[in-house]
Amino acid sequence: MGLKEYAGKQIEIDDDGFVVNVSDWNEEIAKAIAAENSLTNLNAQHWQVINFMRKKFTEDGDTPSVRALGKLSGVSIKELYELFPKGPAKLAAKIAGVPKPRGCI
Amino acid sequence: MKKVLILGGGTGGTNIANHLRKLHNTKEMTITVVDRDDVHIYQPGLLFIPFGIYKPEEIVRPRLKQLSSNINHIFSEIDRVEHSANQVHLKDGQILDYDLLVIATGAEILPEETEGLTGTGWQKNMFDFYTLEGAKNLAQKLGTWQGGRLVINVVDMPIKCPVAPLEFAFLADWYFHKRGIRDKVEIIYATPLDGAFTKPMASKFLQNLLSQKNIILETEFNTATADGKNSKLVAYDEREIPFDLLVSIPIHGGSSYIEKSPGLGDELNFVITDKNTLQAKCAANIFAIGDVTTLPTSKAGSVTHFAAEVLVENILAWFKGEELPAHFDGHANCFIETGFKRALLIDFNYETEPLPGHFPFAFGPMALLKETRLNHLGKMMFSWLYWNFLLPARPLPGIPSKMSLKGKKTS
Repeated sequence: MGLKEYAGKQIEIDDDGFVVNVSDWNEEIAKAIAAENSLTNLNAQHWQVINFMRKKFTEDGDTPSVRALGKLSGVSIKELYELFPKGPAKLAAKIAGVPKPRGCI
Repeated sequence: MKKVLILGGGTGGTNIANHLRKLHNTKEMTITVVDRDDVHIYQPGLLFIPFGIYKPEEIVRPRLKQLSSNINHIFSEIDRVEHSANQVHLKDGQILDYDLLVIATGAEILPEETEGLTGTGWQKNMFDFYTLEGAKNLAQKLGTWQGGRLVINVVDMPIKCPVAPLEFAFLADWYFHKRGIRDKVEIIYATPLDGAFTKPMASKFLQNLLSQKNIILETEFNTATADGKNSKLVAYDEREIPFDLLVSIPIHGGSSYIEKSPGLGDELNFVITDKNTLQAKCAANIFAIGDVTTLPTSKAGSVTHFAAEVLVENILAWFKGEELPAHFDGHANCFIETGFKRALLIDFNYETEPLPGHFPFAFGPMALLKETRLNHLGKMMFSWLYWNFLLPARPLPGIPSKMSLKGKKTS
């Protein structure tokens, strides 16, 4: 837990660097978090995934997994890995200001 | 007359049917169990088949023999659930009405969802051990294998019994030692997780154990393709892992009828279930138990067993029109076989991760997160408990459904 400045705003983040309060988020903060993770240019497809992630989280109270994103977001899993290298669900969640995907137990 | 319909005659369905039958006679309640076949597999036993520890016939019994008398049964595939009409349509054309529906059809492996996995090499140099067929074929292969690179790959989570792939790796280490060819076998464990396991303390412990046993851990490996022809796994980030023998834990999902049932399931065909009451999100008179649910805990027999007590209480309350009293805490209890006749034990729930200490009482006799001979005996004895206590819905002495902090070291 701690505070971190993104786009001129003090944001509460958890130990893994995820935004704690979903309502703290805005698009400028998303861009700042993305840049910090070496994504300097968010294109339309990035935003499609980010917005889908926020929508799904608001509806279900849960962050979708990569498989769920691949099936529902309109972006294939392969493309997801190109857009958000390494761990698409994790990275997209971080940028979208929603909790780390539980993945599984 | 109350009409209870249960889909699935596995661990959860059998336990619930037997438990309800004890509480209500046939004049008060009809209980019907639907399943596609009469083959009940003791699934925790599948792990031991490839190593010749169990023979296939030792882990299979007829489903009907596990159900008390006066429980109706139907063998058919399910077509769909129409919750707005309180009806289940079967593939054989029958339409079944219910007052209350319990869904317990479990999770299945979907190897065809991973590119290449069911292509060239499937069941030749690429195997699973989550089906009886796969486990049998793998037993044959291992028995004559002369060594090389063995890759154990978890394709994606969630999976049934998330510790089973690790146990497979530990047992493989033991097995090849026993055969005197351990020096000719390289064992690689490739997982999409960022560690050996999901829960931090257990993950650290298991990671140390892997390295002690000289098993190489490859994390955050998200399998895109299993290429049996060129004997390699390719990840979405283009990392490659060559293998001589692949043991794949394929993607899991719920049964396909769930996809055809309006409002019932999520994108992986698991039934969207309240994690405390076990009620399905789509209808108040539908409950779900076991691997088929979306509960954020392990998909494991112990979870099903603990949840069953909660579910029965809630079913009784539902029939009386009362508020549901019982709340499931996500309790899971797993023996982890580590080879050389030793095992670990972990005990946890939604809130508490696996901790070291003693179980089930403050003095033990079992040790948590520690390799012991007694835990191994517990694991091997569990099969007997499963057929004689768990399925007939007899309580396990000393082990309540709610997780207890007794004996656990919390700091």
